[in-house]
Amino acid sequence: MNRFVPLAVALLAFATPARSEEIFVTNERDNTISVIDGESFEVLRTFPVGRRPRGVTFAKDGKSLYVCASDSDAVQVIDPETGQVRHDLPSGEDPEQFALAPDGRTLFIANEENATTTVVDAQTRKVLAQIDVGIEPEGMAVSPDGRLAVTTSETTNMVHWIDTKTLQAIDATPVGQRPRFAAFSADGTRLWASSEIGGTVSVIDVASRKVIETIDFAVKGIAADRIQPVGIQFSKDGRHAFVALGPSDRVAVVDTATFKVESYILVGRRVWQLALNAAGTRLFTTNGVSGDVTVIDAGTFKPIRTVKVGRFPWGAAARPMANAKAPDGRAAGATP
Amino acid sequence: MVLSGVRRDDGSGRRACAGVIPVALLLLASCLAAEAAGAPLTVQYLERRVERPVPLNNEDPIPDDEGAKGAELGLKDSNATGRFVGLSFGLEPKIVEPGADIRAAFRQIADPRFVVLNAPADDVLAIADLPEARGSVLLNIGAPDTRLRDADCRKNLLHVLPSRAMLADALVQFLAFKRWSRILLVSGPAPGDTLYAEALRRSAKKFGARIVAESTYDPKGGDVRDTALREFALPTRGPEHDVVAVADEAGEFGASLNYNTASPRPLVGTQGLSPAAWGRSVEAWAAVQLQGRFRKLAGRAMRPIDWAGWMAVHAVGEAAVKVRSTDPETVRAALTAPNFEVGGFKGRPLSFRTWDGQLRQPVFLLWPGAVTATAPIEGFLHHRTELDTLGLDEPESVCRAFTGRAG
Repeated sequence: MNRFVPLAVALLAFATPARSEEIFVTNERDNTISVIDGESFEVLRTFPVGRRPRGVTFAKDGKSLYVCASDSDAVQVIDPETGQVRHDLPSGEDPEQFALAPDGRTLFIANEENATTTVVDAQTRKVLAQIDVGIEPEGMAVSPDGRLAVTTSETTNMVHWIDTKTLQAIDATPVGQRPRFAAFSADGTRLWASSEIGGTVSVIDVASRKVIETIDFAVKGIAADRIQPVGIQFSKDGRHAFVALGPSDRVAVVDTATFKVESYILVGRRVWQLALNAAGTRLFTTNGVSGDVTVIDAGTFKPIRTVKVGRFPWGAAARPMANAKAPDGRAAGATP
Repeated sequence: MVLSGVRRDDGSGRRACAGVIPVALLLLASCLAAEAAGAPLTVQYLERRVERPVPLNNEDPIPDDEGAKGAELGLKDSNATGRFVGLSFGLEPKIVEPGADIRAAFRQIADPRFVVLNAPADDVLAIADLPEARGSVLLNIGAPDTRLRDADCRKNLLHVLPSRAMLADALVQFLAFKRWSRILLVSGPAPGDTLYAEALRRSAKKFGARIVAESTYDPKGGDVRDTALREFALPTRGPEHDVVAVADEAGEFGASLNYNTASPRPLVGTQGLSPAAWGRSVEAWAAVQLQGRFRKLAGRAMRPIDWAGWMAVHAVGEAAVKVRSTDPETVRAALTAPNFEVGGFKGRPLSFRTWDGQLRQPVFLLWPGAVTATAPIEGFLHHRTELDTLGLDEPESVCRAFTGRAG
C-alpha cells in the first residue's frame, strides 16, 4: 500500500500548485490565530477570532477550523483559508479544550467554569448532551475507536470516563494534582494524563482504568515544583511521547515502552501545548510567556527555530492537507 | 446552623446528584451509596468574632463572613470531588461573639476531629491546649502570629494562613531583588503592628536589607485624613532610604501615608505594596476560576482569610479522596503525612512543614491594581524547595512538638 503513496503525491502535485503545510496557533491574549508555514516557518497570516482562543483543531478534511473562544462562550467554525467565521457552535460556558471523535462530527468540549462536558454535533449544530464531571474540566480526548471520551478535571484531580454511546460518565480515575491534558496511545490501550501541579504524567491502562505508571521529571538546575507537565504529543511511530513541562521551559522526550525520559529539549518560556506536522518530522510548541513557537526536529529532538507569534500562544494544530494523511484532529493538535 | 453535603436539601452533594440532566447512572449510584453509608466527614468551623474599627476612606468593612465563606466553598468543592469516589463532607460553623467563652464553644462540638479555627492567637492556643482537642486536627486560618509556628507550636495545630514571618520574608525578598534595601520603618501602636515590625526587622537581617530608621505613629483615634499632608512628614523623615515600610494591620493610618511621605519613596508593608496569601488581582494558575466560584457564592471578592478557609477544607477533602476514606484517623494520617501535597491555585504543590505544621506556599506582593510579584522571588534558593525561603526554616524554628525532631 505504502509504495503507491509517492505516485499519488506526485499526481496531486501536478493537479494543484504545491503548498506547504500550515500550523495554526491560537493567541489567548490577542484574540487571534497565527498561521505558520510548515516549511519556511514564517508567519503567513494572522486573523482575529473570538475572545480568549485556546483549544484548536481541524475537521478531518482540513476545510474547517474549530476554535474554543473561551470568553465568547462559543466554539467557532472558521474557514482556514480566509479566517472568516462561518458560524458558532453551541459550546456551553467557557469552553477550553475539545476533541473531535473519529466520526468527524461529534465534538466533546470541556466547560471549565461549570463542571460539565458538552457534546455537540458539529453538523446539526445541536447539543447532544451535557455531562456532569469534576470541577474545572480541561483535558479532552476521544479513544481511537471512538467508544470512550475522557475529560480531566483540574480541581477534582480525576480522569472522567464517558461512554460515547450513552453519553454518560461511567467511571473516574484519580490522578496527580491538576490534570490538564490527556491523550490516548494510537492503539487505544493506554491513556496518558499530565498533572501540572503534581509534576507527573500518569499512564493509565484503558481496559482496567488503573494507573499503571507514574512518570516523574527532573531537570538539573530547575526546582522540582517548576516542572509542570501540560501538553502531550506522541511521535508518529508511537515510540516516544513529548511532554511540555510549563515554566521549566523544557519539553521532555519519554520512551513509551520503558517510560524513561530520554531527553529534555530547551524551548521558549512556559511551554503549554504541542502539535506535530502530518509527516511527524516537526514538533511545534506554544510558549505562553515568551509569545513564540519553538520548532523541534522530531527525529533528533533538537530545536531548530523560534517563531514569534501573538501574546500567550496557547494551542496549536497542523492543518490536514489534501495530500497528507489526516491527523486525528484533536484539541491542541496532539495525535493519540 | 448545619451545612452538610448530604443531609440538607440544598446541600451541594445532593444538588450535584439530582440537579443536572442527564445524570450518569453510576454517578447516581455512587451518590446513593454515599447516602446509604451515611458517614460524611464533618469539618467544624469555629470563629471568634472580633471588634474592628470603622474603615476609613470609604473602604468596604471586613465582611462578617470572612473565612466562613471560604470554608463553605471548600466544602462545595470537596463534595463535587468526593461524589466521584462515594465520599461526602459536611461543615458545621459556630461563631463565638466577642467576650464569650470560646473554650466552652469548642467543648460543645460533638465531633471535633477536624476544626477550622478563625480566631486570634490566644484563642487558638487556648483551644489547642484543651484536653478535648488532643485528638483534633486544628487548622488555623486567622492567626498570622509567628510564635504559633515557633515557641508556641502545638502538635494538633496546622497553619493554613501564612505567618507574619512569611509575609515579611516575601516583601524583603522583593526589596532585595530590586536592591531597594534601605528601609525606613513606621509602626502603629497595636500589638499586631509591633509583631509585624518585628517580622520585618528579622527578614531584613535574613536577606541583607537594612532598617535605616524607625519611628512610631499613633493616630490616637484621631482622623488623619485631613491632616495627612503635613502630619506624616515627621515620622517619615530620616537618613537616605529606598522605601517606607508601614506596620498598621488594622488600617488606621497607613493608607493616608501613601504619597504623604517626606521623600518620594514607595510605601510597602501593611499598605502600599503588601504581601498577602491572596488578593483580588490574583489570576494566574487558574486562580481566576477559584475567584469566579467564590464571587458567585459570596457576592464579593475573595480575601486572604477566605482563601485560607477554602484551602483548609480543600486540604482535608483532598486527603480523604487520596485515601478514599472519611474515617477521621485515616484522613488525619494522610493530611499530615510528609508526602501529602495539595493544589491551592498558587502554581505550586503545597504541603505542611513537618517541623511546625505551617502550609508552605507562595506569597503574593500586591497593590490594589495588580500582583506586582510572587514570592519566593527568583534567585532565592533552598535545598528543599524555594518555598522554604519564606518563614521559619527548620533550623530557625524552636518548635519541637512534631515527631521526628529532637527536643
